[in-house]
Amino acid sequence: MQELAVPLNHVLFVSTLLFTIGMLGLMIRRNIIFILMSLEVMLNASALAFIAAGAHWGQADGQVIFLLILSIAAAEVAVGLGLVLQIQKRFKTLDMDDANRMRG
Amino acid sequence: MQEFVWLIPLLPLLSAIFLMVFSLKLPPTIVAFLGTGSVGLSALLTCNLTWKFLQNPDLITTTLWTWIKVGELNANVGFHIDGLTIVMMMIITCVGFLIHLFSCEFMEDDTSYSRYFAYLNMFVSAMLVLVMSDNLLLLYLGWEGVGVCSYLLVGFWYQHSGNGYAARKAFIVTRIGDTAMMLGLLILFTELRTLDMQSLAASAQARWQTGDFMPTLACLLLLAGAAGKSAQFPLQTWLPDAMAGPTPVSALIHAATMVTAGVYLIARMHGLFTLSPQAMTVIAFIGVGTALMAAFSAAVQTDIKRILAYSTISQIGYMFLALGVGAWTAAVFHLMTHAFFKALLFLGSGAIIHCLHHEHDIFKMGGLWKRMPIAFASFLIGSSALAALPFTSGFYSKDLILLSAYQLEEFGPILWAGGLLGALVTALYSFRLVFVVFFGQIQTLPDKENGWRIGLPLFILCILSLIGGYFSLPLNNLFPMERNGHPAAWVEMVSIATPLLGVIVAYVLFIKSPSHIPRSLISPHENKLSRILYSGWKLDEIYDRLFVSPYTRSTSILLNEPVDKLYNAVVLINQKLNAWLSYSQSGRMRWYMVSIAVGFIVLLGIAITIPKGFS
Repeated sequence: MQELAVPLNHVLFVSTLLFTIGMLGLMIRRNIIFILMSLEVMLNASALAFIAAGAHWGQADGQVIFLLILSIAAAEVAVGLGLVLQIQKRFKTLDMDDANRMRG
Repeated sequence: MQEFVWLIPLLPLLSAIFLMVFSLKLPPTIVAFLGTGSVGLSALLTCNLTWKFLQNPDLITTTLWTWIKVGELNANVGFHIDGLTIVMMMIITCVGFLIHLFSCEFMEDDTSYSRYFAYLNMFVSAMLVLVMSDNLLLLYLGWEGVGVCSYLLVGFWYQHSGNGYAARKAFIVTRIGDTAMMLGLLILFTELRTLDMQSLAASAQARWQTGDFMPTLACLLLLAGAAGKSAQFPLQTWLPDAMAGPTPVSALIHAATMVTAGVYLIARMHGLFTLSPQAMTVIAFIGVGTALMAAFSAAVQTDIKRILAYSTISQIGYMFLALGVGAWTAAVFHLMTHAFFKALLFLGSGAIIHCLHHEHDIFKMGGLWKRMPIAFASFLIGSSALAALPFTSGFYSKDLILLSAYQLEEFGPILWAGGLLGALVTALYSFRLVFVVFFGQIQTLPDKENGWRIGLPLFILCILSLIGGYFSLPLNNLFPMERNGHPAAWVEMVSIATPLLGVIVAYVLFIKSPSHIPRSLISPHENKLSRILYSGWKLDEIYDRLFVSPYTRSTSILLNEPVDKLYNAVVLINQKLNAWLSYSQSGRMRWYMVSIAVGFIVLLGIAITIPKGFS
């Protein structure tokens, strides 16, 4: 088994950091564009973890899952941007807190 | 003639239906004509039938149609007419006609004139079905029919809530007996596979020995039904309250006809009852006990109609005594004479009440004999017959009962002595009534005169009450052999003398020395004993404690639906939970995000802290 140039723990730490940043962005940001971007960050954080793990154990599964996440992210962005356009059209704003019609 | 028998109950029924349908559009004269005329026509047909029957005493049986046919049960709508039925039909239609005639005037000022006659006609029809039917199921139909009419008529003046209560009480108390009777009918059917009266007695005698358990059970259940309808112990409490109805109703239903249905039933089922000497003994003791209880109660009442009501209970007690000792003819004989003189007394009291601004208290009457000679004559004759003074109709029938009771082997003298004591009290209270109402100081002046429609029925009933004892009933060969021996002469002498003694006591008390009357005979609330007697031996109170108040208490608990509380709590918890959870559904994206993060962290924390062994 070939040793990585960077230890796995470090990669996982960066991945967790990225994930937390994305998560915080989701919690804090009100603009929907930024929320989408934060989502991308979170997806890529998890993708990074898969890659690192795959490389660590010498398995191809990690890269397969990375490709899957990549395509999911593309699809998600396509749908997400469509929703953004609709929200802009209806509410004349991109503030998520104003789009709270679906409350109990 | 035989083919037209069914017209007799049909005519009053048609009239009743007609009066109900067109009740608001008919003038009172037409209502009175229809109501009285239909019963009068029935009476004429019955007289014709009786005439034919007396000349050629054949049984008349007609089957109109099959009513119910399920498996082995085959109930026809059919009539079976023998001597007993003839007697009952004559009483119902003739006395009924006189009472209808009386009602025409008595109810003249009432706004519900046609409703009254509709109910009264319906009652006559149902009662005729009861006595004419050839099977027990049709009898039960008539039995319930008269119960309904009694309920409707007791509560006739429903605007007063007390009357409604009395009506419900009458209905429910008799219903207890009716339910027992239904059970009796079911037992008879399951055991004997028939409810037809003629074959019933024969198959009962073929199947059972005298004194077996089953016939005794069936007889006791039938007896409970009879006791409910005829106001015998322990179900007699409804009759005094039933006096809330109009007075002619009390005369017809609660004196002459309906309350004697129980006597009729037992006399009709005599073939069954002779199989059970135990049940016969029970009947005799219930009869004499009720006769005594009611007679003592009657002696302290102050309401004229309640006196007569208690006296009715007491007299039916005598009929039960006669049935219990196997003196069937004497029972039916007393039933007939009682129908005459008690209808007379009730109608007489109605005539007085009608003229005295609906005053019921006898101590507010007094001195009426000059003012109301017809009512006085009717009361004098009626009370004499009730007290069984010699040569009145009541004398012959009651004498027959007492002598028959004396000749019973086992308890004869005890029953006879009880009956005799009752006769003494009967004479006392009936003449207390006459002396208080018609003699002494005038308290209330009559405000109107009674017309011929009140006078004529009273006159005819006076005559019937006098000569009723000389009628010979067409009951030959109907009942089993009865005792014909003569008891010792002193027994007869005592039986005759006792009522006279009662009258003399009443005379001394109420006429001769009115200042020495025991207070309890005037104002029943004076001492404890008379209070107990006044309330009818506190039976109402006992039943209230035993049955009514536990029932009302449990209903008042159930009124708030305690079981539903559990389910309501489930609903309430769900609603609260829903409100709480829907509050968390705020529609704010970022809030959801925070929740997810916090939830994830919490779950993670739990997963970490769980010891290894559990996972």
